[in-house]
Amino acid sequence: MRGILKLAYKLLVNDKAKFTALLVGITFAVFLMVAMTSLFAGVLYRASATVINLGASVWIMDPSVQTVANTIGIPDYVLDAVRSMQGVNYAVPVYTGGALVKRSDGFYQAVNVVGLDDTSLFGRPQLLNGKIEDIYAENGFLVVKDTEFSKLNNPAVGTEFELNDHRGVVVGIAKVASSGLFGVPTLYTTYYRALQYIPNPRFTISYVLVEPKSPADVAKIKKQAQALGYLALTKDEFMTKISDFYMFQTGLGMNLLIMTIMSFIVGLSISGQTFYTFVLENLEKFGALKAIGSKSRELIATILFQASFTALTGYGLGVGLCAGTIALAKMRLPDYAAMIMFWNLALAFGMVVVIAAVSGYFGVRKVLQIEPFDIFRG
Amino acid sequence: MAASSVNPGSAATGLSNAAISATGLVKWFGQGEARTLAVREVSMEANFGEMLYIVGPSGSGKTTLLSVLSGILRPDAGSVTVEGSDIWKLSSDKLADFRLHKIGFVFQDYHLFPRLTTAENVAIPLILKRVSWSDAIQEAKKYLEVVGLRTRADLPPVKLSGGEQQRVAIARAIAGKPDILIMDEPTASLDGDTGHAIVSFVKQNVLNDKRCILIVTHDSRIYGLATRILKMEDGRLVSIEKGDVS
Ligand SMILES: Nc1ncnc2c1ncn2[C@@H]1O[C@H](COP(=O)(O)OP(=O)(O)OP(=O)(O)O)[C@@H](O)[C@H]1O
Ligand SMILES: [Mg+2]
Repeated sequence: MRGILKLAYKLLVNDKAKFTALLVGITFAVFLMVAMTSLFAGVLYRASATVINLGASVWIMDPSVQTVANTIGIPDYVLDAVRSMQGVNYAVPVYTGGALVKRSDGFYQAVNVVGLDDTSLFGRPQLLNGKIEDIYAENGFLVVKDTEFSKLNNPAVGTEFELNDHRGVVVGIAKVASSGLFGVPTLYTTYYRALQYIPNPRFTISYVLVEPKSPADVAKIKKQAQALGYLALTKDEFMTKISDFYMFQTGLGMNLLIMTIMSFIVGLSISGQTFYTFVLENLEKFGALKAIGSKSRELIATILFQASFTALTGYGLGVGLCAGTIALAKMRLPDYAAMIMFWNLALAFGMVVVIAAVSGYFGVRKVLQIEPFDIFRG
Repeated sequence: MAASSVNPGSAATGLSNAAISATGLVKWFGQGEARTLAVREVSMEANFGEMLYIVGPSGSGKTTLLSVLSGILRPDAGSVTVEGSDIWKLSSDKLADFRLHKIGFVFQDYHLFPRLTTAENVAIPLILKRVSWSDAIQEAKKYLEVVGLRTRADLPPVKLSGGEQQRVAIARAIAGKPDILIMDEPTASLDGDTGHAIVSFVKQNVLNDKRCILIVTHDSRIYGLATRILKMEDGRLVSIEKGDVS
């Protein structure tokens, strides 16, 4: 069989024009698909930036919360109740909300403010500059150094600004794991200072962050939270909930789906058609092979090998091209939000398998139909 | 000229040296009004060591008969016996094996693969027989030597002349060491001299007493090379144009 597959390989690859057209079709489709879905994956990851950066294992929230950015205040008694729950090691409040900064040059800039629990500073970021204790100093804020940092005129420790008409001073420059999706700088301060500076409705806790005594306690905590009328989610569950929101409750998911289907159809029609023409052009030769004495299963193997070889080569090129493009983009824009993940690759692979199967199926059908007698008669 | 009643197809000698024998072959084409009988009750034998021609007017059923004999067109009635068994009782895989091992085809328009080299084209039956690629290519080059095209082994067939392509097709047909070589109109696309030279070449280099060559032709210039000639008319074998009747 190896000789037959080598023959199949030569028949395919030696037809350079067709083989190139086939590869271009599949490569292009795979590229589009991986590029789009990985961009989407990057965006979804960014949407969960606060969850990732604060790093708590369990988040307790109002059941109506859809994304981390749209908080719903929780009354203080919930925090006390959670602290006395079974299986809770410790629980702290966190505040997140938007505010307006007036820069020293007089321009305004929207920011996101995270207020960390005053006693534990749970979820504090890593500092590049400054001391974490200074967050307790008068008007102390940490500024996150991400791509949005420059929107605050690249502040340094000691830089002053106004936040909702209160004085603020930068006491540290911080680094976080993931930048946010919304293009605004992030400031960290203490929970109580955040409440003082930012006007709030009656309930002020955005989330209660919980560390369970052991992972096994998570289920218990969820039950107790539910009994209180609140929702407890693990970090991963919360991230999934946020992703689902953008995927299913905004146009983002539908657009992605449409684009993915489009690239699939483009790939399928270019490659499928080219492959079919390739088979048609070689039909007489396949008929001659049949007359000479090749069996149906050898012909099927030949066609399927050609279809899968093309598909896999195109897949490799497409993924490579996409990885290269993303790497290049990240070199220029360090914060470029695209991530190639396992599911991107698996999805594109599935698509390529379908393209190979469909092209192969029609090719095989045609070749099995051909009568060697018709070839013989000329 | 023999009468058609004496079964003109059976071989001259009484000895059973048949490479292939057929009895009562019938082949219909088409449906209803358009239904035509292409081969009617043909019985014949071809012997080892023979270069047997089937001649006759266009549409008389020569190609159809050759296809039935060589295992690529199923007859509606009758049998084709090779080495004691009826090839039309074989499964389709076994039939393919029969063609691969016993029959060599030289197609009228050659059907060489344009994207393979000449040697690779000749190696095809060997590769189908599961000979390893490099051995098959080596072997193929030997057959190219036989047909005088050793130096063209690495060229694609389109770079060769018509007569040379014909010789490549012959090399491919004999590379599988067939007992029976089948050629339909081998001179049709060649000029007279080249055609004659090719068939004469085949007679000298390919024909031996373990092999039988069946040729369908219109070309009277090559009749002189045949060991026996059968004439077909309207689906029947009607006479022996050359050779004896038993
Ligand atoms: N696939 C087919 N469908 C219908 N009729 C066919 C088919 N093949 C052959 N025939 C008919 O069968 C008859 C014999 O055809 P065949 O090709 O065997 O003739 P031939 O003797 O080889 O002619 P030629 O010398 O022109 O090649 C013709 O009448 C032809 O029209
Ligand atoms: Mg004919």
